[in-house]
Amino acid sequence: MQFLQSVLLRLCTTLITLAGVAVIVFFVIRVVPGNPIAMMLPPGATEADVARLTALYGLDKSIPQQFLIWVSGVLQGDFGTSITTKQPVLQLVLSRLPATLELSVMALIIAVILGGFMALTGTRLRGSKTEAAIDVGNGMALSVPDFLWGLILILTFGVLIPIFHISGRVTPSLPLPFTTNFYLTESVLRLRFDLWLDIAAHMFMPALALAIPLAAIIGQLLKQSLKETMHLDYVTLARTKGYSETHVILREALPNAILPTLTLVGVQFTFLIGGTVIIERLFSYEGLGNMAIDAVINRDLPLIQGIVILFAVIFTGVNLLVDLTYAALNPRLRHA
Amino acid sequence: MSFLSIRNLSARLKGRPDQILRRVSLEVAAGEVRGLVGESGAGKSMIGKAILGTLPQSVEITGGQIILDGTDLLSLPTAQRRTLIGAKCALIPQDPLTALNPSRRIGPQITNRLVDILHWTRADAEKRARDLLAEVQIPDPERVMRSYPHELSGGMRQRILIASAFAAEPKLIIADEPTTALDVTVQKQILKLIAAMQARHGTALLFVTHDLGVVSKVCQSLSVLYAGYVLEDSTIPDFFHTPKHPYSRALLAATPKYTDPDGSLTPVSDAVIAATRAEVEAADRSAHV
Repeated sequence: MQFLQSVLLRLCTTLITLAGVAVIVFFVIRVVPGNPIAMMLPPGATEADVARLTALYGLDKSIPQQFLIWVSGVLQGDFGTSITTKQPVLQLVLSRLPATLELSVMALIIAVILGGFMALTGTRLRGSKTEAAIDVGNGMALSVPDFLWGLILILTFGVLIPIFHISGRVTPSLPLPFTTNFYLTESVLRLRFDLWLDIAAHMFMPALALAIPLAAIIGQLLKQSLKETMHLDYVTLARTKGYSETHVILREALPNAILPTLTLVGVQFTFLIGGTVIIERLFSYEGLGNMAIDAVINRDLPLIQGIVILFAVIFTGVNLLVDLTYAALNPRLRHA
Repeated sequence: MSFLSIRNLSARLKGRPDQILRRVSLEVAAGEVRGLVGESGAGKSMIGKAILGTLPQSVEITGGQIILDGTDLLSLPTAQRRTLIGAKCALIPQDPLTALNPSRRIGPQITNRLVDILHWTRADAEKRARDLLAEVQIPDPERVMRSYPHELSGGMRQRILIASAFAAEPKLIIADEPTTALDVTVQKQILKLIAAMQARHGTALLFVTHDLGVVSKVCQSLSVLYAGYVLEDSTIPDFFHTPKHPYSRALLAATPKYTDPDGSLTPVSDAVIAATRAEVEAADRSAHV
């Protein structure tokens, strides 16, 4: 009951956040110089042409008026029409969303595996040279941003040792039997592992580039909180019970040490989704981020609005999910 | 042959000359209750940790033997040593508030050793846990086993830890200042409980404490520790009637008497401490020659 109440409360605050985002993005992109109409018309268009087109897209009205029209559309599920492609924004955005979601989740999985492995190995072998090497590696991974990792990976595994694809989401010549845009997921469900392999080989490098800095953060924080936890009395007590050090780390220390890391992963995951914008561009990956850059270049106002709102929905959704998981893992919070 | 026999155990902080333990020797016979007394920093907890293999990484053992039931623990590889200790020893920790895992229910925290290490069936282990919780006078053991530590009081948690220590019928229990973190009102009950459990199960007990009053009530013999050095080793009646070492006498004079709680106390004088220090250092020198 209490649980349901807190979830409802969170949903309400989420709605307020989204409304705030809508207002800000709508006004900011209209205040920034640059005119979508000028981008669309050939050189030498007359004043009358400009006026006609401006009126067609409703850009002749005052900004508050435009906002009201847009919001009433959004509330009915109509996010407007893209200026450049003339397609409904919602349809465009939803067609690209699966690609970005698959990329982000893949990156998150890689980051958790890498970071978790480094933290656990470092804790198990504390005081050894391996631990020192892990610390140095973490520091390096952390101090290089994701897009640079992207370039390094392209150079290494795309050019010097070409084992992964460096652009696109799937080899264009392959016939795709998919009905959704979740290519990676659907290829598994349809048991088409040949396609899965191709898609994974395309996704691996951008996902890894996004994952490396996050893996370093996870590794560092988890190792730190494990280190603190390993000194606690209940861990010592478990040692005297005859358990191996590995068991003590995994079963006694980890469930408690993981809590702060979990919160951080939630926050960092939203940053990671933000990072897809540049990484998708770098790897010519057909996702939301790549579309966002095109939309900004073309001053496609309705599309920008749609993408930003969708990103905001994902961000708040992830944060909500993290809070709920946290409560599920921590008995002290569950009862409070 | 004693169940536990520590011979000439020395330890120091890694890379530093200062000794934490100086050729400590002590014996605990099967079923014996031995007090290990000393002021804070005397190294009494370190001895318990050395036996259980839970010394901090910064401490290294530089010599000696810890012989448990005929096996020298220090000669065993870590994994084997842990298994042996897990089967034969148990710890009653100092602070019940931090010694239970906050994210697990009480039941598994008592039964896990029985199931994972000693390969009992879960049903047997749970029955054992229920019986023990009843034995340490916890009302409604069923409910307590389903509780999380934060739902229970400090006294309750210490009772649970005592029950847990006796779960596998260990031959030796090390109680590391088990009442220090508790309310004065609860201390007495817990002390009685430990003594009663020890008597019923016949377990040898190494009772680490700074409180001579506690020792006089629970123990049969004691070792007095100063700066990692065993100054005196005697039975309880001998120690309280005719303490041999001047430091012991000073320590007794500084302890409130239960018969005369308002009587005046004499702090251990600087002269006694200086003399004791000199004695320890002289013993160190002669050992190194």
